[in-house]
Amino acid sequence: MILVYLIVILLTGAFLAWIAGKWNPIWPRIISLAALFIDLIIIISYISQRIQPDNKWLVDIKFEWIPEFGISLHLALDGLSLVLLLLTIFLGIISVIISWKEINSKVGFFHFNLLLILAGITGVFLSLDLFLFYFFWELMLVPMYFMIGIWGHKNRTAASNKFFLYTQASGLLMFISILAFYFIHGHTTGVYTFDYLQLLGTVMPASTSMLIMLGFLAAFLVKLPVVPLHNWLPDAHTEAPTAGSLILAALLLKTGAYGLFRFIIPLFPSASVTFAPIGMLLGVVGILYGAKLAFAQTDFKRLVAYTSVSHMGFVILGVFSFNELAWQGVVMQMIAHGISTGALFILVGQLYERIHTRDLNNMGGLWEKAPVMGAFVLIFSMASLGLPGLGNFIAELLILIGAFKTNILMSCLASLGLIASTIYSLRIVQKVFLGNRNTEWEIIDLNIREKIVAALMVIVIVWLGLFPKPVFDIAKPAILKTLDSQKVDIPPFPVSVNNEVSGKNLFLFSQKQVKN
Amino acid sequence: MIIATAPVVIMIVVSILRNYEVVYGFSIFSLLIAFASIFFIVPSVPHSIEPLFIIDIYSIFFLGIIIISALLVTLLSYDYIKQLEGVREEYYIILLISTLGASLLAVANHFILFFLGIETLSISLYIMIAFQRSKGTSIEAGIKYLIIASVSSAFLLFGMALIYTAFGTMQFSAIVSALGNNGQLSALVISGFAMMLVGIGFKLALVPFHMWTPDVYQGAPSPVSAYIATVSKGAVMSVLIRLFFNIRGFENYYLFIIISGIAILSMFIGNLLAIRQQNIKRLLAYSSIANMGYLIIILLTGSSKGIQASVFYLISYFITTLGAFGVVSLLSTARSEAENIEDYKGLFWKRPWIAVVFTLSLLSLAGIPVTAGFIAKFYIIFEGMKAGLMVLVFSMIINSVIGLYYYLRVITTLFSTAGETSLPELSLTGNFTLAVIGVSILILGIYPGWLIDIIVKFITL
Repeated sequence: MILVYLIVILLTGAFLAWIAGKWNPIWPRIISLAALFIDLIIIISYISQRIQPDNKWLVDIKFEWIPEFGISLHLALDGLSLVLLLLTIFLGIISVIISWKEINSKVGFFHFNLLLILAGITGVFLSLDLFLFYFFWELMLVPMYFMIGIWGHKNRTAASNKFFLYTQASGLLMFISILAFYFIHGHTTGVYTFDYLQLLGTVMPASTSMLIMLGFLAAFLVKLPVVPLHNWLPDAHTEAPTAGSLILAALLLKTGAYGLFRFIIPLFPSASVTFAPIGMLLGVVGILYGAKLAFAQTDFKRLVAYTSVSHMGFVILGVFSFNELAWQGVVMQMIAHGISTGALFILVGQLYERIHTRDLNNMGGLWEKAPVMGAFVLIFSMASLGLPGLGNFIAELLILIGAFKTNILMSCLASLGLIASTIYSLRIVQKVFLGNRNTEWEIIDLNIREKIVAALMVIVIVWLGLFPKPVFDIAKPAILKTLDSQKVDIPPFPVSVNNEVSGKNLFLFSQKQVKN
Repeated sequence: MIIATAPVVIMIVVSILRNYEVVYGFSIFSLLIAFASIFFIVPSVPHSIEPLFIIDIYSIFFLGIIIISALLVTLLSYDYIKQLEGVREEYYIILLISTLGASLLAVANHFILFFLGIETLSISLYIMIAFQRSKGTSIEAGIKYLIIASVSSAFLLFGMALIYTAFGTMQFSAIVSALGNNGQLSALVISGFAMMLVGIGFKLALVPFHMWTPDVYQGAPSPVSAYIATVSKGAVMSVLIRLFFNIRGFENYYLFIIISGIAILSMFIGNLLAIRQQNIKRLLAYSSIANMGYLIIILLTGSSKGIQASVFYLISYFITTLGAFGVVSLLSTARSEAENIEDYKGLFWKRPWIAVVFTLSLLSLAGIPVTAGFIAKFYIIFEGMKAGLMVLVFSMIINSVIGLYYYLRVITTLFSTAGETSLPELSLTGNFTLAVIGVSILILGIYPGWLIDIIVKFITL
């Protein structure tokens, strides 16, 4: 039941916040914080639990929803969802705090949307029923659309429409695939159900499986996004209010990655392997192209948006490497990217509040005026370029090593991305805080509230960089489970898949790297 | 039968009292009684009155839908009609008469009754559309509808005549038995059905018979537009489904191709033309064309599950459309219709609850989760895929995206910064009706299981 409460609390909070916003703008903020903190406590209570060997899920609940179609309210929690939920709620709290001063109009409705998005994301991370998954998948779109469309910057309408149409169109393709899957399973077994656990291991011809998988991929790759389909992202990120960008970058993109893990690989064990070389190629293209575009931007926020494209390239590269090492890296990358890019978006937003421009050419030499802000931007830029000691380094390194085992060429090309990311990250610091003062700005440094937020995120990113083991431990059973599903009737894979690195070696290894 | 007596009683009442409120109250009362009486008929079905009527669960379900929709339209009409000058009481009489026509369609088992129902419905609609006599557009719309409806009736009659020539009977069930089991339809019969399809196509506003729709929707008073979009179409649809499934039209190659073509054309043309509309009523008109296109996919599934899907779709479409038109009519005054999208600028900040209902209706039309429209679309896609109609299903998917684009445009307007337009005060009934509609959209979207249960249990043909 508790998993249902997680969502219900957020929904109730959403409506309360909306109603309370009529009286005083402070109430929605407090209500949102309260709802999120309750959720946070519930989730933390699960961290200490360990999965029993005979049970693959920490919690697993199921109710009938529309029995006529075999649709159920099936929610379950495992390590992977736990880690991502933690990230969701943490960043949810952060977004309430950073919107404290930024959002002044329609406060109640803003928090209504915010909590609704978080409820949708929570639902996505927990659903084990394909219909329910699609339901939540779509549920998070509408409030996000409002968030960009109402509180966004100048071109908000176009950006929000673009965002909605891209995701909706790809979502519908996934929906068709879900239905096709449902019918194929029904025809072969006689049981018509949308339940994920029962649909696992459905046997179907390779070509059908490939087609259906492409439908799912469409939705996940648009969300991730992968390069030819990334067009909505820079606009949506740039035009959204700070909390919107934060949630888009740090959480919404992760739902795509989560989908790859939870659905693509277990449901299509052989088709996904066939697709792997293309997937890795898309990843590499994303890494390099995103980095190149990030370098070329003059709009600070757009630059950060493109770095997301680049970083998400690592995720898809890792997912299609098919080994534990890479997958641990992917989980780490999801979290580390959520924190580091999220923090950069927050800082960009705070800078914008002060000087009302995002044009890099108008900035420069701000360090003297705002050293604290400069220091924080420096830290997160370093995280973004993969400085050892910070979370992103562990993640990208693991992904590269994992990918190296599968496909040497791709791995080598992808590591060029590290150089590219160094260039654009240093350019941020150079253009904004060092160098010539192009314009004289009157700028106040970060206040206490902003310092606390930034400091919290620094703590997390450093902690991830120095002691990644807890994350690995929590996510490991989920990863091994996914890997197991992969072992079912794998056709000969072009390059050997090595699953033998045990968890223990992995952690020793990664920590050694950090110490070096 | 109660609906039949109601107008007569009202006519008498009007001649004595001529009081707006009384007539209004009585119409609601009679519709409620009619709806309640439905539950009393249920035990005695199937019951057929040879040779004209057939009253089975299917027709009762449609009767229920028709009466409820008529009731909601009546409730929504109150403010709008009240502002008209001159005689107003007749509006409700005509509304009841046309509802009677619609109900006849639902129970028709004979071409004669079918035609009678359609004519009763159409003729009262002419008057309702042209009810605002002082307004040019209203009259224009009325005349347009008059001409088109007469032409379509002619087609319908000709089709019936052809079929009568072939079988020598006009009773649905007799035609079915005359068809026998050979499944092959002669050219005469097919052309007969094609002619009837033209007639029905006009009524349902399917492409290429859709030209009248936007003008009529725009010109007619908003509650009447709502009435045309729901009651009139639903009743005709009920006959179409009964007829088509009885003759097993989906097994016939030509009919299959014709219906598929009409469905695809309706979806694409309806949605593409809606994109550029600046007038909300025209936009809804085009959207209704597209929606009928989705709905007739069901005709081709050829299973009773398909009928169940269509019933669910109709219910959700009715609620949704009534929601959308309800908002339009509540915000319109007799002098100025709130029909430009610009008029709705910033509605959310001025009248949040109305805007929420409007948004829900539009999202439901677009088929976004949490709303009834999502489950309805899912149901149709589901049955369509089950029957292997992939081309149609994919057209529907593509169209959902196109559709989303223009619905979003309206929603964006609702939430943009407030404009200058002044809004009329809203009455209690109007608010109440909209609240009911909004809540039902949500209930059907979140927990549709019970309704699907009922439909699955009762609806078979």
